[in-house]
Amino acid sequence: MSKFALKLYITGKTSKSERAINNLKNICDEELGGQYEMKVIDVLERPQLAEDEKILATPTLIKELPPPLRRIIGDLSDKEKVLLGLDLQPYIKPPQKKGGE
Amino acid sequence: MNPKGPEVEKLITNINGFDWISNGGLPLNRTTLISGTAGSAKTIFATQFLSEGIIKSNESGVFVTFEESPEEIRKNMRSFGWDIHKWESEGKWCFVDASPQPEIDTLETGVYDMAALLARIEFAIQKVGAVRVSMDSLGAFFSQFSDRATVRKEIFRITYALKKMEVTSIITAERTDELGSIARFGVEEFVADNVIIFRNILDEEKRRRTIEILKFRGTTHQKGEFPFTVIPGEGIIVIPLSAIELKQRSSDIRVTSGCTELDEMCNGGFYRDSIILVSGATGTGKTLIVTQFMNGGAEKNERCLLFAFEESREQLFRNATGWGVDFDTMEKEGKLKVVCEYPETMSLEDHLINIKKAIDEYKPNRVAIDSLSALERVSSLRSFREFVISITSFIKHKEVAGLFTSTTPTLLGGTSITETHISTITDLIILLRYVELYGETRRGITVLKMRGSMHDKDIREFQIDSTGIHIGKPFRNVVGILTGNPVQLSPVEMQRTAEMFRND
Repeated sequence: MSKFALKLYITGKTSKSERAINNLKNICDEELGGQYEMKVIDVLERPQLAEDEKILATPTLIKELPPPLRRIIGDLSDKEKVLLGLDLQPYIKPPQKKGGE
Repeated sequence: MNPKGPEVEKLITNINGFDWISNGGLPLNRTTLISGTAGSAKTIFATQFLSEGIIKSNESGVFVTFEESPEEIRKNMRSFGWDIHKWESEGKWCFVDASPQPEIDTLETGVYDMAALLARIEFAIQKVGAVRVSMDSLGAFFSQFSDRATVRKEIFRITYALKKMEVTSIITAERTDELGSIARFGVEEFVADNVIIFRNILDEEKRRRTIEILKFRGTTHQKGEFPFTVIPGEGIIVIPLSAIELKQRSSDIRVTSGCTELDEMCNGGFYRDSIILVSGATGTGKTLIVTQFMNGGAEKNERCLLFAFEESREQLFRNATGWGVDFDTMEKEGKLKVVCEYPETMSLEDHLINIKKAIDEYKPNRVAIDSLSALERVSSLRSFREFVISITSFIKHKEVAGLFTSTTPTLLGGTSITETHISTITDLIILLRYVELYGETRRGITVLKMRGSMHDKDIREFQIDSTGIHIGKPFRNVVGILTGNPVQLSPVEMQRTAEMFRND
């Protein structure tokens, strides 16, 4: 499995931010087995980074690697959807009707 | 203007004409919603708001774009003479790029807010010390997210934050049609304090742009729609119709019409600051009256300005020569300026602005427009009426003599639409009429009204030859000239009528 490079943009230490960080950590630990690098960026501290990355909503998760580049906005509370966004399938693959390769 | 402001202060925008209709600009430190259909010049207004701030008031600005990329805006706005790129490098302009990025897949899971956007806007405001903020446009913002309720709540939060940061902002929104609700997505419910509506209506096959300030909470503004135009190199120019205040001075100095007999009919000439309307069918001699009016001015060393919309320069000069007037020399001596333009080359609003500009630059003592009817062709009735009112009041304020011609649609008698619109604001109306007598057409002239002066009430015959116009005797034995139905009377009948009205 290739290594994941993830950036999570948050705005301040709000409950929404905390929730997103925890959700992401859990998913990564469970699904990626430590094969990931995760950076948390607080927009309030680094507004220029948010400008460069054109972030509007927070929390925003950016999957930089492996390609394709993908954004997931929200507090990542829907695990299935997050996995989909990370191009990972949940445990059982075949029976799903839909879903990308 | 309105020097003693009420409770809410205003920020002077420096957008041409807008500060007048808004009684002094946009409400200070508040957000104003600009709503309009596609192509109603919202983005131009948003850009101009910042540009005029930088150019004229040295106030920096932040442009938040939800729709076009900064690169596109920089490029599109160059034609107005706004060098955004330069201002960015000087630290006077800052973009917050919130335009959609279709190349990146975006997914939504769970709750989110727009705190990052707000942080970026605040960061940009601090970076350039912005006084003005433009956000363009809400529709494009909404379409980037599925959760409308969140977006709505966040816009409210952003406008609230902007108010606290003491910046004056505008935010544009789309309307689906000209007469429906204020804006899509019900945005007026949360950006409700100040609303301006831009319209772009197809009226009698002509596009007509108007701006209307719907409401300014806690402060005053002019009511109703005002036409505006968008001009390359300048941007939006609002035409404040009711900026017309009847406070021009009135002069009792008389100036010559360029024709001695006509001066006599007017009891010694036109008043120096009067508006004169010359009305007649085609070929009755309107352009001749104009030519003589110009010539009369030049002879008295006045500066004369002629706008010709019917004939080319060459034609005008040739005709003038035919009447013994040398336009060439007058122009060389700097006493005359002739502006020839086809009415169809631009919209009436643009003509209005050009005419005003020419008057401001040349500073004439007398102005003639030949003819107003030619301009009538290129506009809707309503635009034309506004044009006429606006131009007459402008000329009156400059305290110069203005002479307009108007062509009547029928050969004999009749009035034109032009007359109906402007007869009440003109000080002097001269009618030129064909009179059919003994199987030939002759020409008659009469002074229909003249404000503040006695004038000749006769309908006089006039001739045109190589030295111009020659006014002769009244048509004594003809009635019905004005109605276009001349009937001859026998001398007996005339005498009887005269007897009936004798006062003794």
